[in-house]
Amino acid sequence: MNPYRRSPFVIVATVLVYIFLYAPIVGLVLYSFNASRANVTFEGFIPAYSDRVVMDGSLVKTSPCGPFHWYCELAKNGDVAEAAGNTLTIAFSATIISTIIGTMAALALQRYNFKMKPFSQLSLYVPIVIPEIVMGIGILTLFSQVFGWVNDTFNLAGDARLSLGMMTVTASHIAFMVPFVALVVQARLSGFDKSYEEAAMDLGANEWTTFRRVTFPMILPGVMSGALLAFTLSLDDFVITFFTNGPGSTTLPIYVYGLLRRIITPQVNALSTVWILVVFLAVLILQILQNREQKQHT
Amino acid sequence: MTSEFAVEMRDVVKRFITPEGNEMAAVDHVTMQIKNGEFFSMLGSSGCGKTTSLRMVAGFEWPTEGEVYIEGKAMGHTPPFQRKVNTVFQSYALFQHMTVYQNLAFGLEMEGAKDDEIKKRVGRALEMVQLTGMDRRRPRQLSGGQQQRVALARALVKTPDVLLLDEPLGALDLKLRKEMQLELKALQQQLGITFIYVTHDQEEALTMSDRIAVMSKGKVQQMGTPVEVYERPSNKFVADFIGESNFLAGKIKSISGNEASVFIPSLNAELAGMPISDGLVKGEEVNVCIRPEKIRIAEKEAVNQNMFRATVTNTVYIGVDTKVFVDAHGAKLKIWEQNRISRLDPKSFYTVGQEVWLMLMPENTLILKKD
Ligand SMILES: Nc1ncnc2c1ncn2[C@@H]1O[C@H](COP(=O)(O)OP(=O)(O)OP(=O)(O)O)[C@@H](O)[C@H]1O
Ligand SMILES: [Mg+2]
Repeated sequence: MNPYRRSPFVIVATVLVYIFLYAPIVGLVLYSFNASRANVTFEGFIPAYSDRVVMDGSLVKTSPCGPFHWYCELAKNGDVAEAAGNTLTIAFSATIISTIIGTMAALALQRYNFKMKPFSQLSLYVPIVIPEIVMGIGILTLFSQVFGWVNDTFNLAGDARLSLGMMTVTASHIAFMVPFVALVVQARLSGFDKSYEEAAMDLGANEWTTFRRVTFPMILPGVMSGALLAFTLSLDDFVITFFTNGPGSTTLPIYVYGLLRRIITPQVNALSTVWILVVFLAVLILQILQNREQKQHT
Repeated sequence: MTSEFAVEMRDVVKRFITPEGNEMAAVDHVTMQIKNGEFFSMLGSSGCGKTTSLRMVAGFEWPTEGEVYIEGKAMGHTPPFQRKVNTVFQSYALFQHMTVYQNLAFGLEMEGAKDDEIKKRVGRALEMVQLTGMDRRRPRQLSGGQQQRVALARALVKTPDVLLLDEPLGALDLKLRKEMQLELKALQQQLGITFIYVTHDQEEALTMSDRIAVMSKGKVQQMGTPVEVYERPSNKFVADFIGESNFLAGKIKSISGNEASVFIPSLNAELAGMPISDGLVKGEEVNVCIRPEKIRIAEKEAVNQNMFRATVTNTVYIGVDTKVFVDAHGAKLKIWEQNRISRLDPKSFYTVGQEVWLMLMPENTLILKKD
């Protein structure tokens, strides 16, 4: 018998917490099927399929996609496609680079002792704890100062001029993702027994072969968790991207923010729903990986 | 073989900086010469520098002073992967992401061996440790004893000249441990490889070794065959660490030839005719050492000059022996009496408070310098 009684209070509190956490998401998904274009009140689902869209005021009566009208509109929206493409491009490249740098940082911190080690360790936490907006402004200032100086000094003109864009967003994402990757990999390494590496060397493997054949495969689950965490962070970053994006580098969060400032159609909800699904899948994979890692440790 | 010695440590010192910032010598001027084909053990209590010594031979640590020679060649800063020695780790350090076969093949791949040769040699190594058929398992799917064998096979498959073993049986239960001790010893004799074996278990060291180095606080206290270190411990530490000993403080009264008489104040008696080692002089304060199993107990006084009255203070029955603790004029002694006769109440032989006679045979005693 479980010695802890299940008090009604605990059950009520649990239910309330779940409602608080998930009601907004459920609402958001529900409104993506809203018949009303105004999207202020829920006017019911779009009732019927037909070969063309029929509107009655702000109500959608029929649509080729039926209740999924707004998803079809979304699919036809070229700006969304471009923003999604940008988001994924940035997320993938920033993830790869930050995973490499973060893993190397974690390995270095684990195996070497040097004077500045406590400082290096601390400096990993700083980007995580300082407000994102401060970091965003800082990065923007850095870019504009450096770009301005380079453009002026080398008299760059036209396309040659350095400006904000995909590169700057990617670079700033790498900057804030590296600490996360490093900390996740470090956690994995803390249980790593150096005798595995010694055994490999003892059996005749040099340092590089040891890393390739033994160390890396063993820390891979940790590296993957770090990478996935970084990936999801990059996917939904708004604040830092807001400061460092430029023409042609609009990401989904920036695009949605732009839409909201004009009119809120259920298309935004449809977009958010798709997005939630993607992030949810990423988190799920992360969980599975972590579970597997834990099993390996016991 | 270019050298008489498989491994030699010459005046090796290893200092570590402790986290508190102090310097401490984990290995302190150690010199060892390990012959080809020898089963050599380093024995000592926790923290005495055994692992550190072994790691310097393997190449995981470099000596602060002195030099390690393998097959007569000075090793300097040669990395582990260029030394012709292999290690069996205490934690086994089996690669968890590889199968048993892959674990064994790893070292051969590093030598650039061909696939069919690898297959043949891995097969033979698995046979040697009786793990044929386990090659597809992962280390996690094996028992502790099986993992231990894989670790052994992984090192042996490389056919090293010297095998280093750091408490390889430490994680096994007593019974398996004893079996493995004999198996390891048989394997070593069959293969003719030099084994350097680290253990803190004195019985294990005595069972398996050709020679033992008894270590304490980073120093070698004594080096010799099992019989030598047990029967002729060179100092009080060794006498106490290997087996158990009774020590009686005394003073040398007279020396004649190879024999001496020692006055023991606590017994208020002189022990006569004891063998003496070099360097002891008349009048010197010494410790007389006698093993608990070498003291005889009698209920009546026999005619012997080295007999003493004592009172039994406690007895403990442990199966093979009965441990009898006595007080002889204030000198506390322990005596192991073998239980030669089968009976249900062995303790009844000696009762607490009983008066007995102890016989200390001079040839069973040892005079040790006071330290
Ligand atoms: N890397 C290190 N840094 C600092 N001190 C160390 C290091 N390695 C070992 N020591 C110290 O050196 C001493 C000897 O350690 P060592 O591991 O050789 O002991 P051991 O005889 O193998 O003991 P055990 O039987 O417990 O394994 C210990 O006091 C230990 O704390
Ligand atoms: Mg040790």
